[in-house]
Amino acid sequence: MRGLHGKGDVDVRLRCNPIECDGHGLCAELFPERIRLDDWGYPVIADEPIPRDLEQHARRAADACPTLALSLEP
Amino acid sequence: MTQALAAKTALPRLLEGLADGPLVTLERHHAVHGPMPSPQELDRAELVELIADCALRGRGGAAFPVARKMRAVAAARGRPILVANGCESEPLSGKDALLLRELPHLVLDGATLVARAIGAQRVILAVKHSAPERALLERALAERAARAFDDVSFEVFAGAATFIAGQETAVVSQINGGPALPTFQPPRVSERGVGRRPTLVQNVETLAHIALIARHGSDWHNAIGSTNEPGSTLVTVVCAGGTRSVFEIAYGTRLDDVLAAARVDTAAIGGLLLGGYFGTWLPTSVAGELRLSHEELRRCDASLGCGVIAALPASACPVAETVRVSAYLASQSAGQCGPCVHGSSAIARRLEAASRGSAGTLAFEDVRRWTLEIQDRGACHHPTGLGRFVGSALRTFRREFEDHARHGPCAACTAKAMLT
Ligand SMILES: Cc1cc2nc3c(=O)[nH]c(=O)nc-3n(C[C@H](O)[C@H](O)[C@H](O)COP(=O)(O)O)c2cc1C
Ligand code: SF4
Ligand code: SF4
Repeated sequence: MRGLHGKGDVDVRLRCNPIECDGHGLCAELFPERIRLDDWGYPVIADEPIPRDLEQHARRAADACPTLALSLEP
Repeated sequence: MTQALAAKTALPRLLEGLADGPLVTLERHHAVHGPMPSPQELDRAELVELIADCALRGRGGAAFPVARKMRAVAAARGRPILVANGCESEPLSGKDALLLRELPHLVLDGATLVARAIGAQRVILAVKHSAPERALLERALAERAARAFDDVSFEVFAGAATFIAGQETAVVSQINGGPALPTFQPPRVSERGVGRRPTLVQNVETLAHIALIARHGSDWHNAIGSTNEPGSTLVTVVCAGGTRSVFEIAYGTRLDDVLAAARVDTAAIGGLLLGGYFGTWLPTSVAGELRLSHEELRRCDASLGCGVIAALPASACPVAETVRVSAYLASQSAGQCGPCVHGSSAIARRLEAASRGSAGTLAFEDVRRWTLEIQDRGACHHPTGLGRFVGSALRTFRREFEDHARHGPCAACTAKAMLT
């Protein structure tokens, strides 16, 4: 996706801090486009940058995480 | 200043002089290696350049370029701290203990030189609290202190002896008075580590190489090894019965030459483990072609890791050995990250059940899937390393695992454990 946006845009990525994550699974419900749950209920985040039109969803998932384990990183 | 030294370019380098006994006194150390360059002879920037020219990579397992880490720490805000990692938590490795026991001044020279180069005043030598090397290290430091030898201050830190305690964020956490557990990065220790200061963590072997690079220069260093990976490295060869010996080899050396040096009869071995408990199992047939360089090893999804090469005798059971190591690794998960805790215990339990003949061959499919699923999902490399170890065992010993799943334990299953 890099290069498709206007100048100054940076792709964001979702990152999970596995020490903080409790496996509530809320994030996968809110952002199924990029997050699925493993056999034990912990999130597996797709290893690709998040396009502009999905950024809002990503942000909503990060904000909803009860343990603040998810962050959006450039 | 790089003295165009007539020093011999061949091996041994780090292990030079050891055949005549350990180099524990400064006198013997200097007789063999000569004095450490003074700040006037080698200025700060020069050492980092030299290390970059040598393409030196860390010897603690991750093989990260050393110059890059040094530059990052030197550029971070605040006076940095150097931690020499001598924890050697890999149970099969013996090279770091050998360095601390028999060549302490080489490690300490390297530490002083690196500390100077990054502008650090404080050097912390981290070892396991149970390590017999501790007393020897204290003695070497006392000898240096008596001669006002170093312009930096050294302290020995005795840490936990668990498997993950040697991981760099776990070392820093312990020094800071916290538990022997890895922490999530960021913040990186290079930005905020010991006492919240920028912290450079280097393996003790890495520092020993630097002690020689500073003396002899990059042309000397690069005269052996392969083009992309010059120089030498220490390996621990583990043979039948679990006997270990440490060798110094040039990068690019053929694996079967190393095995020959360790008097391993390749006709009598049933598999090779490269890289220790986080390593990769390979069939014996590769030994004749494989050269020990990161580039070549990457092609068979292997790496030297911290330098352990285990030659499993054909009379041992690779299934039983793998099951035991995975159980150990699962027990050493620090219990912090869901995918690591659940994944490693699920892998170890299912592998054990299937190998006992009570879960069927399909159970291996679950295990294989989990080994991939947990890659890069922990705060540290633990689940990735465990996944690589078990995944490579299933690939290399497929037939043996399936035989166990169908018929239960084999005759060799009860033989004395070699890897644990
Ligand atoms: C579970 C685990 C255990 C580790 N134990 C050690 C150790 O005992 N000694 C060591 O030097 N590095 C160990 N490492 C690697 C360190 O985190 C770090 O990469 C290394 O000390 C950096 O030094 P180097 O760049 O000179 O190799 C370990 C890593 C992991 C994931
Ligand atoms: S919502 Fe937060 S705690 Fe729950 S699974 Fe997702 S990252 Fe983990
Ligand atoms: S990945 Fe495993 S060993 Fe590493 S910090 Fe998390 S729980 Fe501990």
